[in-house]
Amino acid sequence: MPDYKALKNGGFMRQVQKNRFSLRLKVVGGNLSASQLETIAAISKKYGDGRVHLTSRQGVEIPFISLEDVENVKAELELGGVSTGVCGPRVRTVTACQGSDICPSGCIDTYSLALEISDRYFGRVLPHKFKFGVTGCMNNCLKAEENDLGIKGGFTIEYIKSLCTLCGVCVKACREGAISIGSDSLSLDKEKCNSCGRCVKSCPFEAWKGEAAYILSFGGTFGNMIAKGLDALPPAKDKETLFRAADAALVFFDKYASPGERFRVAIDRAGWDSFKKYMQEAMASQDLAD
Amino acid sequence: MDIEIDESVDITNVVCPVTFVKAKVALEELEEGQVLSIRMNDGEPVQNVPRSIKDEGHKILRLLDNKDGTYSLIVRKAGE
Repeated sequence: MPDYKALKNGGFMRQVQKNRFSLRLKVVGGNLSASQLETIAAISKKYGDGRVHLTSRQGVEIPFISLEDVENVKAELELGGVSTGVCGPRVRTVTACQGSDICPSGCIDTYSLALEISDRYFGRVLPHKFKFGVTGCMNNCLKAEENDLGIKGGFTIEYIKSLCTLCGVCVKACREGAISIGSDSLSLDKEKCNSCGRCVKSCPFEAWKGEAAYILSFGGTFGNMIAKGLDALPPAKDKETLFRAADAALVFFDKYASPGERFRVAIDRAGWDSFKKYMQEAMASQDLAD
Repeated sequence: MDIEIDESVDITNVVCPVTFVKAKVALEELEEGQVLSIRMNDGEPVQNVPRSIKDEGHKILRLLDNKDGTYSLIVRKAGE
C-alpha cells in the first residue's frame, strides 16, 4: 500500500478516484512565470486530465495524476522550474497581494517579503498547519487576519510642518478622521491613526513623511474554526523586527501547542497576556543581543 | 485666494471611476501651467481623486470646502 501520508506531505493529495492524486505545487505570493504556467499546462495534459485547479490560497493543483507517474511528474516539473508544494503540519504556502511593486495602494513590497518568509519557513514542521499571508495596505485584499500570522503594510507617519500649505487634501483623504486643520498647522490624533498611509500618498507637498511598517496579526484561522487574527504587538518598524516576531511566534507554537492543535487554540489556552509577554520578551532579548 | 482659475469642471454628477476620467480629460484640454478647478462630492471622490491627480504628476494647489457638500480641487497642469 502506498505511503499516503508521505505523499500528502509532499503535496500529492489523495483523490476520491482510486490511485489518483491532485498534485499541489509550490507558489509564493501568487506569482508564477508564463513559462512555469506552460510547464504546468503540459504536465496536466500529459499526466492529468487537462484540468488545473486554483486553490483558495493562491496555490495550483494538478488533479488526476496516477500513482505510478508521481516520480516522472516531479522530475518533469523540476525541469520546467516548478516545485511541488506541501501539506500536513507545517508552514504552508505564503500568500501575498501585488504590493507596492505593482499596486499604487501598496505600502510594502509584499512579494519580496513573501519570498523571504517562504525561504525561511516554508515546509517547517510544526504541531499543525501554519499560514502566513502578506497584504500591502489597509485595503487588505489578501485578508491578513485569516492567517496564523498576518502581515499588513502600513506607514508610520511624521508631519513636516515647514512643507505643509494647509491645502486640506490629507484631512479628507484620511478615512479615520485623525487629521484636523488649525490656523497654521495640522494636528494628528494618534489614537485614531491606523497607519494606513493615505495622508502620505495623497499629500501634494510631501508634508507627511511615511516609513513602511508591518502590522502583525496572530492566530487567524478560517476553516473548521473561524477566528480573526488579533493585533497583539505594536507594528514592526523594520524587517529584522518582523522576523524576530515571526521566529518567536513559531517557537511559541512549537513549544505550547499539542500535536494537531492550531496556533489560535494554543494562544487561547496559554492566554493572550502571556503570549504578548512572551513575544515582547523574545523580541527584546534579541534586541539586547544585537 | 489669489490663484487665477483658467477652467472649471464639475464631476459631482458622475461616479468612480468616471470622476477621475472626467477630471483627466478636462486637464488634457488645458495648456501646461494653466489652472483647473475640479468640483467634486464629499466622501469617496474627495478621498481619492486628489491622489489620482497627484499620481498623474499634476500640482495640487488647494482643496476648497464649498460648504455645500462639495469641494473644489485647484490643480496646476504639469507638462508631459
